[in-house]
Amino acid sequence: MTTASNEKKGRSRIWEEFADPERRTAYYMVLPSLLIIVIVAFFPILYGIVLSLTDSTAAAFGSFVGFENYVEMFQDPAFLEGLSNTVIFTVVSVTLEFILGLTIALAINRAFRGRGLVRAAILVPWAFPTVISAVMWRLMFQDRIGIIQYVASTIGIISEPILADRTLLLIAAILVDVWKTTPFMALLLLAGLQVIPNDVYEAARVDGANVYQRFFQITLPLLKGAILVAVLFRTLDSYRVYDLFYGMAQRELESLSTYVYEGVRISQLQFGPGNAAAVFIFVTSFLLALFFITVLGMRTSAEE
Amino acid sequence: MASATARGGSGGVLNLVLFYVFLVIFVLASVLPLIWVFKMSIVTKSELYASPPTIVPNTLSTAEYAQIFSDSAFQKALINSTIIASVTTVICLLLGSIAAYSIARLRFRFKATVMTLILAISFFPAVAIIAPLFIQYSQLGIINTYASVIITDTVFALPLTIWLLVAFFRELPRDLEDAAKVDGATTIQAFRKVIVPLAAPGVFTTAILTFIYAWNEFLFANTFLFDQSTQPVTVVIPNFATIYTVDYGAQAAAAVVVTVPLVILVLIFQRRIVSGLTAGAVKG
Repeated sequence: MTTASNEKKGRSRIWEEFADPERRTAYYMVLPSLLIIVIVAFFPILYGIVLSLTDSTAAAFGSFVGFENYVEMFQDPAFLEGLSNTVIFTVVSVTLEFILGLTIALAINRAFRGRGLVRAAILVPWAFPTVISAVMWRLMFQDRIGIIQYVASTIGIISEPILADRTLLLIAAILVDVWKTTPFMALLLLAGLQVIPNDVYEAARVDGANVYQRFFQITLPLLKGAILVAVLFRTLDSYRVYDLFYGMAQRELESLSTYVYEGVRISQLQFGPGNAAAVFIFVTSFLLALFFITVLGMRTSAEE
Repeated sequence: MASATARGGSGGVLNLVLFYVFLVIFVLASVLPLIWVFKMSIVTKSELYASPPTIVPNTLSTAEYAQIFSDSAFQKALINSTIIASVTTVICLLLGSIAAYSIARLRFRFKATVMTLILAISFFPAVAIIAPLFIQYSQLGIINTYASVIITDTVFALPLTIWLLVAFFRELPRDLEDAAKVDGATTIQAFRKVIVPLAAPGVFTTAILTFIYAWNEFLFANTFLFDQSTQPVTVVIPNFATIYTVDYGAQAAAAVVVTVPLVILVLIFQRRIVSGLTAGAVKG
């Protein structure tokens, strides 16, 4: 009885919502965007999960095989290499970017001459297509004409060709990522710093707090929201690294995303495990975001 | 904020010098690699291979640029990039501005749900859906067409477009719309005749950022497009290695050509771009 009447009440409330012409217009206005997002992003992920449980290929729908693709994926050395490269890449590059980005943000959080120049310098690497900056850096790492290879061999740190060694290639990729995204991290953190009112610092200084106390007890806690947003965005972004590895290493450096790509475009045999890896990336990204939101207490309210 | 300069004295001067040294290092680290690649693109082949490398170019040559611009495949790729990025920007602005207006200005119950659904896309790993989309686009017969990439780019650029436009629309004075409505304008008319013209600067910033996103996109283009008739420059250049076996000079020149429009956009509109990019971070 109660559930039935609740249902009726719910339905009539929804009906009222749509009876109001202004509200109806509001829904019509968001509908096109929502529809295209649901059709092109949410539906395919469900379809992808179904596909990962079948022996389908890019050309033909197959029959149900349970978790066979996932078993095959975890037994594939290429996948495991991609997984370890991706995890190392994500942890190291996001950590470096965060430390450097915060240092830069703290340093430039003041009025000074030449702000415009600094802002332009921040934005230029950010605005570059990732795959093109990877190609540019690859040129500088080349063993015959690359300036970095030349300097490294002249000082004697590295004698072998950087691009021929997978470990060096991964380190190089991390450096390029740090170069490209640290400024952006600094920009996000700077925006967070600028909303901390100055009187909080003044009050703390009057109370005799030193620089470190001010940093750890005022800046960091008040900046937590901005830090979590910036770090989560960068973590999810690094975790799906594709353009950078593709441009730097021309498919010699495996990541989770390049593994998926190979299944779709390069090898029909790899389609099953490749698509399983796609679902794996989706689920783990989701868990990562969930961890930031629930455990670290990131605020996600989209409303004011 | 002014404390570093206000304190004065020799400590203040030293601080200031250190600060500018830090700034110079930071700015150089950001732009030197790009200047170096530019240098690689304008010297002759023999200087490119010189060891030790020259710091300041001794020779100047436009041969690499002449080569890539006379290459019809590269020209076609530039045209493809322009079409894909422009059409994506226009569609995103059309869909995004009406949705953003509704979210910023109108009252409805499921606003938070709608906003969450849209913003979820910015956390969504795009690579997770390339396999199912590849199959669906093949069945629809739009694989290897502009449409496949434009549709997918639109979906992944929309959250950014809507987020920025909502922030801009909220800043506009509400009285003007109310006045328009008192005068008998409908919601749609108030939006078209009052909000859109007033919001032009914000819409313009959003357009620049959406364009940069679509111009730079690589994963979808590299997956859904197979040949030179549709592939944008981001796909053509990394695969140059196979076209001009080891022509590093041409690669450098091509990379410069692709990024010059972006650098110009950034230099002209840096203030607006920064305010757009950080709008979300500060308020969210």
